[in-house]
Amino acid sequence: MGSFMIRRILYAIPALIAVSLISFLVIAIPPGDYVTRLAEMSAAAGDVMPIAEQEALRKAYGLDLPVMVQYWNWISGVVLRGDFGFSFSFNLPVKDVIWPRLGLTIVLSVASLLFIWVVAIPIGIYSAVRRYSAGDYLATFLGFLGLAVPNFLLALAAMYIAFAWFGVNVGGLFSPEYVEAPWSWGRFVDLLGHLWLPMIVLGTAGTASVIRVIRANLLDELHKPYVTAARAKGKGEFALLMKYPVRHALNPFVSGQNDIFVDIVSGGTIVAIVMGLQTTGPLLLDALRTQDMYMASSFILMLSVLVVIGTLLSDLLLAWLDPRIRYQQG
Amino acid sequence: MENLVEIRDLRITFAGAIDVVPGLDLNIPAGKTLCLVGESGCGKSVTAKAILQVIDHPGRVSGGSINLRRPDGSVLDIAKEKPTSSVMRQVRGGDIAMIHQEPMSFLSPLYTIGNQISEALMLHRQVSETEARAEGIKMLEEVGMPDPARRYDSYTFQLSGGQRQRAMIAMALINKPRLLIADEPTTALDVTTQANILDLLGELQRETGMVVLFITHDLGVVAEIADEVAVMYLGRIVERAPVKELLENPKHPYTKGLLASMPRLDGDFKAPLKAIPGMVPPPALRPAGCSFHPRCEWARKDMCGHVAVLDTDLGQGHMVACHAYGPQAHKFDRVSRVSEVVSPVQGRARAAGKPLLSIKNLHKHFPIRAGFFHRQVGAVRAVNDISLDVFPGETLGLVGESGCGKSTLGQTLVGLHRADSGAVQFDNVDVRAARGENAKKLRTDIRMVFQDPTGSLNPRMRVRDIIGEVLQVNGNHSRAEIEDKVQDLLARVGLSPDYAERYPHAFSGGQRQRIAIARALASDPKLVIADEAVSALDVSVQTQIINMMKALQAEMGLTYIFVSHDLGVIANISDRVAVMYAGRIVELGETDQIFRNPRHPYTEALLAAIPGRGARKSGPRIRLTGHVPDTSAPLQGCAFADRCPYALEACRRIQPTLKGAAGHLDACIRSDELRMQPVAPKHTTVPA
Repeated sequence: MGSFMIRRILYAIPALIAVSLISFLVIAIPPGDYVTRLAEMSAAAGDVMPIAEQEALRKAYGLDLPVMVQYWNWISGVVLRGDFGFSFSFNLPVKDVIWPRLGLTIVLSVASLLFIWVVAIPIGIYSAVRRYSAGDYLATFLGFLGLAVPNFLLALAAMYIAFAWFGVNVGGLFSPEYVEAPWSWGRFVDLLGHLWLPMIVLGTAGTASVIRVIRANLLDELHKPYVTAARAKGKGEFALLMKYPVRHALNPFVSGQNDIFVDIVSGGTIVAIVMGLQTTGPLLLDALRTQDMYMASSFILMLSVLVVIGTLLSDLLLAWLDPRIRYQQG
Repeated sequence: MENLVEIRDLRITFAGAIDVVPGLDLNIPAGKTLCLVGESGCGKSVTAKAILQVIDHPGRVSGGSINLRRPDGSVLDIAKEKPTSSVMRQVRGGDIAMIHQEPMSFLSPLYTIGNQISEALMLHRQVSETEARAEGIKMLEEVGMPDPARRYDSYTFQLSGGQRQRAMIAMALINKPRLLIADEPTTALDVTTQANILDLLGELQRETGMVVLFITHDLGVVAEIADEVAVMYLGRIVERAPVKELLENPKHPYTKGLLASMPRLDGDFKAPLKAIPGMVPPPALRPAGCSFHPRCEWARKDMCGHVAVLDTDLGQGHMVACHAYGPQAHKFDRVSRVSEVVSPVQGRARAAGKPLLSIKNLHKHFPIRAGFFHRQVGAVRAVNDISLDVFPGETLGLVGESGCGKSTLGQTLVGLHRADSGAVQFDNVDVRAARGENAKKLRTDIRMVFQDPTGSLNPRMRVRDIIGEVLQVNGNHSRAEIEDKVQDLLARVGLSPDYAERYPHAFSGGQRQRIAIARALASDPKLVIADEAVSALDVSVQTQIINMMKALQAEMGLTYIFVSHDLGVIANISDRVAVMYAGRIVELGETDQIFRNPRHPYTEALLAAIPGRGARKSGPRIRLTGHVPDTSAPLQGCAFADRCPYALEACRRIQPTLKGAAGHLDACIRSDELRMQPVAPKHTTVPA
């Protein structure tokens, strides 16, 4: 197991290097840079930015260096000093912009994830065990509805209902008085009060698909010989269900959860814009539009790292759940 | 009541309409082993599951009674209980326990065997974890698990097949049940392991007086373990008798058919086997009258097809359900036809002349990688220095336990593995160096039939394309030529020509294997390698396929290499036999020589393990313990020495070579001084 873990972690390193290079190049190689964008903006404002000034700016930002040198400067800063570069549009170091947002994003993501699991796994198990019952059809129907309705639409509807019927102001993650306030008990309670709605909105589609996955996996397991064998021992139905088929059905489910972080971090962008959430999604979109290159690269890098980490975690979790992997690849 | 369980008019219905078991009467007598025999699809397993109320959806018990005598003397009608009731939970695992055919799939790989064994105990008795563990380890020891304390914490995939089966037996017996239902518990095991497990079950039965309901399709196993036998066909008991009476004096034509289709090891091995025609129909198409009449050679049109059969008591506990013994018995002459298959073996050219295939010092090693960097740390020597000639027109049988390298040898010859060293000459072509046209010729001249007829046929291809593919790929044949060839082959393997349009799922196992054989023959090969080609089939179907392969051999002048672990089949089909052990050939000779005058101790042990041959014989039996050694360990001396009852100190030093005269070779340094027991010459289970 130890050897498996170490090997698995080492495998992640080349993947991370490749990913960081690609996320930088994707932003740096296309023609135009932040200075071009600034020049366009002045032009739009009726002003002309002299070529010399543009060149000076490029020099100041280091944009005149060869791409690989720029990459090296950036990535060595990231790895050695935790310095993700400078955000041109915020005029702040990237890390000062990203981290607070990332914290909130993670809180929201984890909340949605828990919501999905708590709701979907029991429903999935119920749907499989009582296949073709009224409850199964209802869960299936709601599940498809959840998959089919776009998130942002659900967000709009939920906000409207919450505001119009219950008089709750649900935009954003904080009430206006707490947005810029430092952390306090009151701010935390305020966050909880705002968190539930985006959590449900973001979780709905995930819930639907998890119900389907659990149901399908479990249906495969419910009539396996080892279930008959356990029943023949005299084990009660519920204890048997939990110990054998459910446990077996979780394995393929876990291995399918590797990209769940990314789904939630980037997939929630439109919802975050609609609901005015101070998460990373809207920030990424802005960074891409304004060619704020270190900001954008850092974001893409982080998302990619999340994919790699998610895969790593789901692999390790799978090894923990399944002795066949633990003992045969160790 | 001397019966532990009395089943009356049991009806088991699937999907609300189809009666798989249409009204079964069966007594399970106390203190005995009752064998339930029949082909697959006869309702044996589902009957066993009904006794435990664990039939899978959509099946259910829809009528009748299953009366179980409980320890306190009361009688419980299982059929009236809800499957989930607490009484049923006590009965399951407590009064009645079950072991199954495939321990790999009936035990969960996610929990240790110890966990699953002690779970069974803790469901029925108030014991602490520590006590349960101690009891579990003790039970494992009783069922002969080596190193039980360590194995207790093993997972199924870390155990060998025999060890897994022992674990499952331990799990069933830990609550000391009064009835053990054993559903084909040895079918998936090697013949040597099977012998050990049968011995174990016999011992446990005698020691505890526990009742055993043993389900099997193998009449050799029946002879080995049964006190009484019930023969089942399409959900009914058609004959029931004490074991000796049933095997020596069978009455029902179905029982006679089953016995006749079993390869015999007395008299002439190669006497053509008589197959029961056709196959078990699905329960939905149960024939009216006597369900067996469409396959019965005695059947009379005037009654068997529409008059229901009644049980006839012949006295001495012998019951038969057949019109030929009923009130109308005088209308039947009860004469069995002799098999019409003419044995093509007679008068075949003996191993002589120029070999078709000549193997010299062939090696195939699989690297073992381990450690952090997956470095090669050793090799499994699956085929280790094998030299062998195969002559045109003969059938060479290749036997040995699983893991001995027989399949690898076959696969290497056909080109599925690349040999590491050695020379293979086929019909003047150097197989290992063959490129281009030569390679193409080899691929059409050497063909293979695989064990699993379901897995080896692509489910998305029509039968025509499956059979014709080899012609499309190799050489230029027109569409019409291929079509003609496919039609011809289908007729040859006994299938209707219009089956060419269908997909494999439309066929039964036996029919699929016929298609697989037709595919192998499509390119007019010279050599066909059949890798366990009949092992997955029911006895009567197996016999049909063997007879067909023999007939095709005579017609088309084929040469066969027949790989099998079933010595009966090997004896019946082979001209010569090579016995393999740990990647080497340990004995090679004509079939008669191998079976009547074995010279290697391993051959002797294999022969002794054939079920039904040593049954109830007094005196010590030859049993192999352990399994084929790890062929990766560096080996000195004879690989068999650790399991050999005759091993001397010299055996562990000297590497024996294959030697001998008159075409009978062996690799044992003591073969000249030892006299090996042949297969039991006269007493066998199968009377003429």
